[in-house]
Amino acid sequence: MSQPPSSDARRKWNLIIDVAKSTHATNAVLVAKDEYVGNEHKGYSAPVSEDSAELFKVERKVRGASPVVDTAYLLKTCNHCDNAPCKKVGGDAVTKRDDGIMMIDPVKSKGRKDIAKACPFGAIVWNEELQIPQNWTFDAHLLDAGWPVPRCVEVTPLNAIEAVKITDAEMQKRVESEGLEVLRPELRTKPRVYYKNLYRFRQCFIGATLIGMDGDVENCVEGASIDLMKEGVLLQSVTSDAYGELKFDRLEPSSGTYELIARHEDYGEARADCELGAESLYLGALLLT
Amino acid sequence: MLKNAMFYATLKALPVMIGRAASNSAEFKEELARNDCVYQIKLKDNSAGRYYLFQNGTVKSKRGIHPNPDAAMVFKNLDIAGKMLSPSPDMLYRIHAAKNFLVELQGSDKIGNWVAKLVQRAQYEATGFRYGEEMPDGCKRTTMITNGGPVHVYVRDEKIVRVVPIKYAPDDAPGWTIKARGKTFEPTRRVMAAPHTLSVKSAIYSENRLLHPMKRVDYDPEGERNPQNRGISGYERISWDEAFDLIGKEILRQRREHGPGSIFVPHSSHHLWGNVGYYLSALQRFINLVGATRMAMNPDSWEGWYWGAQHHFGNSMKVGMPSSYGTLEDCLKEAEQVVFWSSDPESTNGAYAGLESTERRQWAKDLGIKFVHIDPHYNPTAQLFGGKWLPIKPTTDAALAIAIMNVWIAEDLYDKEYVATLTTGFDEWRAYVMGEEDGVPKTPEWQEAETGIPARDVRALARAWGKKKTYLACGAGGVGFGGANRGSNGQQFARCMVMLMAMQGWGKPGINFGNLTGGVPLDFQFYFPGYAEGGISGDLVNTGNAAHNYQKMPHVISMGVVKQVIPKQFIPEAILEGKAESYLWESTSQEAQFVPVQYPMPGYSPIRMIYRYGGSTFSTTSKSGRWVDAYRHESIECIVNQSIYMEGDAKFADIILPACTNFERWDIGEWSNAGGYGLHAQEMLNHRVFALQHKCIEPLGESKSDYQIFEGVLERLGLSQVFTEGCSELDWCKRVFDSSDLPSKISWNQFLKKGYYVLAPEKEELRTPVAMRWYAEGRRKDLPEPFPLPSQFADQYGYGLQTPSGKFEFIPTTLRRNEHAHPDRPAVNRYTPSWEGPRTTTLYDKYPLQMICTHSRYSFHTHVDNTAATDQISDHRAFINGHYYWLMRISEEDARARDIADRDLIKVYNDRGSVICAADVSSMLSPGSVKGYQSSAKFQLVTIGNEQVEIGGCLNILTPDQTQTVGTHSMAPNSTLVQIEKYAHAEELSNVTAA
Repeated sequence: MSQPPSSDARRKWNLIIDVAKSTHATNAVLVAKDEYVGNEHKGYSAPVSEDSAELFKVERKVRGASPVVDTAYLLKTCNHCDNAPCKKVGGDAVTKRDDGIMMIDPVKSKGRKDIAKACPFGAIVWNEELQIPQNWTFDAHLLDAGWPVPRCVEVTPLNAIEAVKITDAEMQKRVESEGLEVLRPELRTKPRVYYKNLYRFRQCFIGATLIGMDGDVENCVEGASIDLMKEGVLLQSVTSDAYGELKFDRLEPSSGTYELIARHEDYGEARADCELGAESLYLGALLLT
Repeated sequence: MLKNAMFYATLKALPVMIGRAASNSAEFKEELARNDCVYQIKLKDNSAGRYYLFQNGTVKSKRGIHPNPDAAMVFKNLDIAGKMLSPSPDMLYRIHAAKNFLVELQGSDKIGNWVAKLVQRAQYEATGFRYGEEMPDGCKRTTMITNGGPVHVYVRDEKIVRVVPIKYAPDDAPGWTIKARGKTFEPTRRVMAAPHTLSVKSAIYSENRLLHPMKRVDYDPEGERNPQNRGISGYERISWDEAFDLIGKEILRQRREHGPGSIFVPHSSHHLWGNVGYYLSALQRFINLVGATRMAMNPDSWEGWYWGAQHHFGNSMKVGMPSSYGTLEDCLKEAEQVVFWSSDPESTNGAYAGLESTERRQWAKDLGIKFVHIDPHYNPTAQLFGGKWLPIKPTTDAALAIAIMNVWIAEDLYDKEYVATLTTGFDEWRAYVMGEEDGVPKTPEWQEAETGIPARDVRALARAWGKKKTYLACGAGGVGFGGANRGSNGQQFARCMVMLMAMQGWGKPGINFGNLTGGVPLDFQFYFPGYAEGGISGDLVNTGNAAHNYQKMPHVISMGVVKQVIPKQFIPEAILEGKAESYLWESTSQEAQFVPVQYPMPGYSPIRMIYRYGGSTFSTTSKSGRWVDAYRHESIECIVNQSIYMEGDAKFADIILPACTNFERWDIGEWSNAGGYGLHAQEMLNHRVFALQHKCIEPLGESKSDYQIFEGVLERLGLSQVFTEGCSELDWCKRVFDSSDLPSKISWNQFLKKGYYVLAPEKEELRTPVAMRWYAEGRRKDLPEPFPLPSQFADQYGYGLQTPSGKFEFIPTTLRRNEHAHPDRPAVNRYTPSWEGPRTTTLYDKYPLQMICTHSRYSFHTHVDNTAATDQISDHRAFINGHYYWLMRISEEDARARDIADRDLIKVYNDRGSVICAADVSSMLSPGSVKGYQSSAKFQLVTIGNEQVEIGGCLNILTPDQTQTVGTHSMAPNSTLVQIEKYAHAEELSNVTAA
């Protein structure tokens, strides 16, 4: 995505990661190794050790049960928080650039394990060999040399990672219009890394397959309408697909009991009660009668 | 007189040019000091000549004939000398002169070769040799092609700083545009590389690199050779001269004592990219000059298509795969559904195309095209794009396909006119499908017990497919190649796939093969040779050289005089049992595959020496534990291993030769251009990209390029000049460049500097037509592929398919003619349960899990595996007790039943062996199916308690070595039964791995 034309000096970097399109997130891990392992970027960062924990990490979330599943990947790195715990303990070893990027001075931070420990996201890695804490610097050395965006953006397809340099007000507008979220907002660290479709990690679905009988032949029921009810209140309605499958998504984990009511003009009706636990629920085949 | 003057002037100018080169380049100066010698150039009748005195890094020349030169170049007459010594010689004439003894090379081969290359090099060093771009930060930006895309390589102080997929500059040629359903699509303007390209720096600097020539400590060619200690004893460093001497002597001893055939050169495929240093190029030339038994490859990625599908429709020259010209645009404009059947392009990248096609699948999804995924695993393509997942049991795909056809026939959902006019044999096929032949209608209910797919889903899929214009995607590129065709029932599968398409009107708008990876509207007529076209091999028999390359790039032919071959999958039997029999991969016709090959071949010596080249055999062949005994067999007197890494086969060698990566030597190539059997494989890319593959850094340690290693060995046989034709690798790059259409677009010097060239796409009005459209419309074939061959048409040239009837054949004539000899490959493609699967009950009771063993997502075969960056990928290996364990993907149900938690150490085993893996537990598999990648570069046997287990992740030791059907040479790794249990000796093992 191109940046807005604004030349506002208050523009700062933000990262927007689409969780639903991050199947290739490992590529960000790999280019960070290429860029930082064994490379000193003078004035920015010391070489990252091959054995250190990674500057980017990928977590996987699989929801549902075969054959109704979905899988998403969560790419985590330094959040470049505006209210950063690492900066609070770091003193002059940790600085925030005007463009929002958090830098850890590789000289001044020597021996400062507390800086790494201060990060509630575990995003600062400890370099055992050099005895320094290290973060992903947003490829600041490259941006300053004229690279348009950090390397991770260019190696993940589908714009799964977007880097934008805009004002905080402009960013806030995007947060609202696109429903972006940050990790652990309750900590009020004000991360600059935002996520799209984070529900694929945080929330659950209830899925089912609708079947009906044509004589003694069992068929998938397409086009049935299904209501999701909770305590008598209609929450969502969906239509079953060609394989009779349906999904109610973005439900809070462990949110209690639900009722599904499916109706089709030729096949009749089916009802199911279920309790949503910590994980998504696939109810299997429901026979309409 | 004038000629005479020119001759002398040229000869006199040589030392001046060499001197200038030496003052320009310290490296050249160093090279110049390598030899003190006398080199003579003269006419054969001694009427004219000049000789050169190389001494202490300087060269002087004198007119006349030296009485005793070390080496000489002798021309028959002045006319020939003039043409040969011209600064811009006609290469065809030079080759002609060499082949007809109009010029002779006399004296020391070593000195002759050295002087010839020195003079070639002086030509460009004398005028100042520059390559790559200087960057503002002090880095030099060079260019390279990998198996997963072309890259810019930033180098500072002889060290690679970063490897970045090429981002096209504003002045590079534009991309193409496709308009479909009111939207306009244009490709990303940068290379979308594969993961193994992004981690390649880690592979270049891997601690597993071989950096010195070595000899096994207890290998003594003059005394005890101790073959039984291969893989056990350690190594000692030797010099290159010692290594070349040892090998040169052994080759000559083999020739004298055993005769032709005793030297065997097995190799891996595709670990590096480039037209010069490739296995079908420099290695093939080396094989022919040494005189060796070759490895007869099986069509390892195409099995079911080659041995099965091609009999229905032809395309033998494409190894039985359909073509896919024009299908990207057709799919986006017309298709309503894509069925991904054993097709995971997000992991397998169409082989070399990286992630170029990912965005195209997103376009299709955004246009509302429905996706279906038929795969035992909820694979990354399904994960990224969603759609209906049908978790089929491995090896049973044909049963599902036949049931779909049953529904189509029963419910009248197929293209009856197409079937009636453009196919043969349908009535006989229908009789089988509907149960008229055997009393068993092949209904959705019939298949359910086989496939595990509910009958209702099959009916729903068949109906959706019968009503929607559908693209069928099989394998990596969507047109075959990888996946279910590599299981016991691969031929049944691939045959069903083409029959499905024929029933739906294959070639009509929106109805074709593809997964949006291929069929990009590029300019395919712009000539640049692909790797299968033989490069510098000079081999007209075992490569595609004869079609274009041999005419376009004049070079001396090289011939393999040893006719003996060993079928790749049966090399261990050939060694251990002294014999092996199989069938050929020979693409000229359907009939060629019925010809048996036998080892040993009458008249030739059984193999006594192995010269092994490339990556690991252990993780690229089946039941590969067989290789341990084979390597230790006493009949094998010497094993040389030439590879980059200390892994796999290297550890079983007597002499180890460290090869460098292609980042450390010169080469030239075009991204994803296979040529030959992979004609126009660039169609998967967004842009055609050509690159001068710069020597980015000097070879690490004492490693050398493969080319230079071959040169060193051949020098011991007096063959170095025959091998090099007086050319360095860079000189060959220039010859390849000159042979292509590139000089019409970019000069050599610009190409040297910039490193790459992007070709403009085909003009919209000249785009290649859609594959099979001509056939569906009853026209003459209009695709730019030169097959079927002229003799293979049942009708007028250009009309009809490569079958005896010229039509699509549901009951292939070429199989019917041979089925008496091969009853398990019947003309009627009946579903037969796997010979290793749920129906083999005795085995299944012991080993109730069906394992698929697929291509790795994060390495290219074994290349770029076993490096720090790849090891650490959490979707590839798991770090437990000091060791990176290979992942085995297993369902939650199967894990729970075995008390296995995620990332527990597990033992995966069957009668063939045991591999310790880490469990990757999820609901992305149905119970009964497990998935692990093949291609682990590590092969590490350890003994814990009384049991030998493999801990590197080499699952290939568990896969069957049985050929798919009798009368074929086909592997079946996706039909492996195993049992899995929580590993009981994790603690004892951790004592080993932590040590």
